[in-house]
Amino acid sequence: MKPVFVMALRRAVCRLLVNPHRCALITASRAQGTAAPITHDAEKSEQKPRAPKVQFDWRDALDLEGQLTEEEIMIRDSFRTYCQEKLMPRILMANRNEVFHREIVSEMGEMGVLGPTIKGYGCAGTSYVAYGLIAREVERVDSGYRSAMSVQSSLVMHPINAYGTEEQKQKYLPKLARGEILGCFGLTEPNHGSDPGGMETRAKYNPSSRTYTLTGSKTWITNSPVADIAVVWAKCDDGKVRGFILERGMKGLSTPKIEGKFSLRASATGMILMDEVEVPEENLLPKASGLGGPFGCLNNARYGIAWGALGAAEFCFHAARQYTLDRIQFGVPLARNQLMQKKMADMLTEIAIGLQSCLQLGRLIDEKKASPEMISMLKRNSCGKALDIARQARDMLGGNGIADEYHIIRHVMNLEAVNTYEGTHDIHALILGRAITGLQSFTVGK
Amino acid sequence: MSGRVLVGVKRVIDYAVKIRVKPDNTGVVTDGVKHSMNPFCEIAVEEAVKLKEKKLIKEVVAVSCGPQQSQETIRTALAMGADRGIHVDVSGKDYENLGPLQVSKILAALAKQEDAQLILLGKQAIDDDCNQTGQMTAALLDWPQGTFASEVSLEGDKINLVREIDGGLEHIKINTPAVITADLRLNTPRYATLPNIMDSLMNNETELHKPNHRTSLCVGLIPLFETVAPEDMQGGTDRSGAMLRHTVLQSGKPKRIILSCLCI
Repeated sequence: MKPVFVMALRRAVCRLLVNPHRCALITASRAQGTAAPITHDAEKSEQKPRAPKVQFDWRDALDLEGQLTEEEIMIRDSFRTYCQEKLMPRILMANRNEVFHREIVSEMGEMGVLGPTIKGYGCAGTSYVAYGLIAREVERVDSGYRSAMSVQSSLVMHPINAYGTEEQKQKYLPKLARGEILGCFGLTEPNHGSDPGGMETRAKYNPSSRTYTLTGSKTWITNSPVADIAVVWAKCDDGKVRGFILERGMKGLSTPKIEGKFSLRASATGMILMDEVEVPEENLLPKASGLGGPFGCLNNARYGIAWGALGAAEFCFHAARQYTLDRIQFGVPLARNQLMQKKMADMLTEIAIGLQSCLQLGRLIDEKKASPEMISMLKRNSCGKALDIARQARDMLGGNGIADEYHIIRHVMNLEAVNTYEGTHDIHALILGRAITGLQSFTVGK
Repeated sequence: MSGRVLVGVKRVIDYAVKIRVKPDNTGVVTDGVKHSMNPFCEIAVEEAVKLKEKKLIKEVVAVSCGPQQSQETIRTALAMGADRGIHVDVSGKDYENLGPLQVSKILAALAKQEDAQLILLGKQAIDDDCNQTGQMTAALLDWPQGTFASEVSLEGDKINLVREIDGGLEHIKINTPAVITADLRLNTPRYATLPNIMDSLMNNETELHKPNHRTSLCVGLIPLFETVAPEDMQGGTDRSGAMLRHTVLQSGKPKRIILSCLCI
């Protein structure tokens, strides 16, 4: 004998099932799965076990989740929670008022995500795929925050680890890993952006005092106005480019802030001005000479950017989807329109394909089977596609798309810079062109 | 005093996931759905780790009852700072019938086996909302219990506890060994840091236990009729103003009115 309320419930269920729209709600859904299905006993062994119907998940179209190790998933989940709970609330005002929250570097240091691929010296020593996942989560919030993190990890900690002496590593790496000190990377000059080889900064050796005298200026340097140390690249007497660790307080060193930026506003960007700065020879990075040094660092950072840009693209895609589902015009949600759906289909495709390529690249790097051209290809692809996705998403939000409260316009602004720095879209095309044809097209000469 | 704390951690469907009822109404869809540690269990783990950091206790042991996947939940606890884990393997039909009574019997047996000084649990799980395991465990062990704890401090061999109850806050002092269940405002759980996550995965300190006849699981005592999704909300009407006016106008004296204000 079934109680009355069960009958009432049954009627409710029948109503739910009969309505065709509701059926969609009740079918099994494969959201981000972390676990394999729980196996049941042999009760149902008479029935031939049919493979469960695979449900398409627009959040993870090609099941990236299933290709990650448990460690990578745990790292990603923990850090995603931090980013959404601690970084997302700050970014609106930080971007609006152009404030760099120095504390976030220390917070990230506590989480152990700075220089994550370095082994020892207080660093986590995790895989490059995990580094990519970390970059993707930060950039989902803001590219400026991810720039600050990339500079610290790939452009300051990496050169010291790869090219420095043991003393330098012991002196700087643990503090950089904790976020106690902040670093910046000085390569680009006002007159030499895409051609770092033509740099005008000079380092003259003084045998009597065993120091180098550095003179020159660097510009567009992330973190420089508040950095404690700077890894600066200068041409020595023998014409070769070498790296030096400069510390704040050295006489002749100043780091003015660049004003009037409309991109990466939540990150501090400035110049490094050196007027005969005396740098002790212990601060030279001995294992790098020539442009291979800075390029090694840049490749490291570019890999992180390839993942990161897709994080920003994912945010824009998800935000545009939600907005067009909520916004009703002409009696229907905007998402009902074909033009909207086409745009979202394009976004979904590019993001899914981009992430797969980044995962493969990360695995290759972990196996030491990657070449710089691969990284160039994916940095260029991710940034170009992400910028396009962000612009489309901005358009889908209409007038609201230009308000920073909806966040998309901030990603549009930021991705302009991300597409440009660490090698512009066009420069990476030339790198690939040279690899394809064997002919360089950087200069007009032969 | 062993200085050992047992922390129960339950693997539940992640709080952010939209729950779907199975087509045959026998439960909710769990296959392929994201699971994570019960939020109240996270708070319990955090409290245990904090006590260890203050050197008031010596060892934090995370316990989870469930299938193979429960080991992920234990690893999260290890990444937060627990010292070792115990996975009580319960799968298949037994797992479907696993409820607070069975879990509390297991915890009681483990507490005796491990010579635990304290058992820390979340006040309830977000999937069944039972709010029973802590209380049952204390009863089985004949230990004092401090439930809905929003503040815990150890004073010698006693515990000062502030409980969040309906009337406000209750201050109690209980003896150890004891069972404490964590409420929301007890603390803010830490993020698992990268190095700790990596250590927890290399850490093979998770023992596997199979429940024996002494900690045997009784056949499910609570028969489940069916699981149904709640009806969609219907639009409501705001009766407050209109009802009041109508009633006062009808007679001279205002009647006792039960105001129903449904504003959707």
